[in-house]
Amino acid sequence: MTQSKDIPITPGLKAYIGREISRYHSQPIALSDIRKWAIAVYWPETPPRLYWDADYAKKTRFGGVIAPEDFNPFGWPVEKPKQMDFSDIYAELKKMGNSLNVLNGGGGAQFLTPMRPGDVITSVTIIDDIYYRQGTKWPMSFIIRKTTWTNQKDETVRISTNTQINY
Amino acid sequence: MSLDHTLYVEDVQEGQEIPTFQRQTDLMHWNRFAAVNDEFVQIHMDDEAAKKAGMTGAFGMGNLRYAYILNMLRAWAGINGDIRRLDVQHRAISYKHDVLTAKGKVTKKYAKDGKHFVDLDVEVTNQKNEKTTLGTATVEMPSKMAHAKAR
Repeated sequence: MTQSKDIPITPGLKAYIGREISRYHSQPIALSDIRKWAIAVYWPETPPRLYWDADYAKKTRFGGVIAPEDFNPFGWPVEKPKQMDFSDIYAELKKMGNSLNVLNGGGGAQFLTPMRPGDVITSVTIIDDIYYRQGTKWPMSFIIRKTTWTNQKDETVRISTNTQINY
Repeated sequence: MSLDHTLYVEDVQEGQEIPTFQRQTDLMHWNRFAAVNDEFVQIHMDDEAAKKAGMTGAFGMGNLRYAYILNMLRAWAGINGDIRRLDVQHRAISYKHDVLTAKGKVTKKYAKDGKHFVDLDVEVTNQKNEKTTLGTATVEMPSKMAHAKAR
């Protein structure tokens, strides 16, 4: 999936750069949410005690259980969170010949404050960039999302970016 | 997996390769991760859906490979290290039964604002040594000097 040659995007797509996609709040994080996450990412090995054993975690410098850096507190919402309608973006991509198949192009995050049981996380996501390139198999669009998470004390938990590829 | 050790920045050398983290993955791993990350996507669960999307079969989540890199960094840095950044690009698909190995190599050690950091190049390769994920990371580490001063 090596990318090469940039392809100019339409003014319709350009207009979406900088727009807020979503803003929502998590449920309070439960210790069992963290435990399950740790089991999944370490499967089939027993995960570190820091993520599930409150007595052990109390004696560490964290003073209690924390979540792995990539823990997602937004899973399993009762109501689907509202986010910006992407249908106009996808219509613009279709105009450019995109079949709208999706791949995770990667991304990253800065981890600033650990998440803990009881934390309520607020997430704000914007479209940071959109560009289009010729890939080795297909022309591909790249939608870059930037997300900032803060906790109930207004501490920044993490700042992340994610690249959505459509081809 | 135990994190019960402390790695000091003085014990890290530029160019050093760190211990790997390896998993042979299939639906047992993907479904567990889908459940916790609420990532129920047909292409990760169903061969037919993945074939319709132009792939040869269902394939694993990039987010799970990201987690494997974090697991590797955490195991190396120990309980007193803090992973401060991890950026990756997913370059290839990982299919059922692929053996995924997270690897890391120290590229730089530096101090900033009285804190000590180590940068690394990281990757996840498959059993053919193809790089499925490439990236860079930063880990904050304790210093023996600061530890000695505090005593």
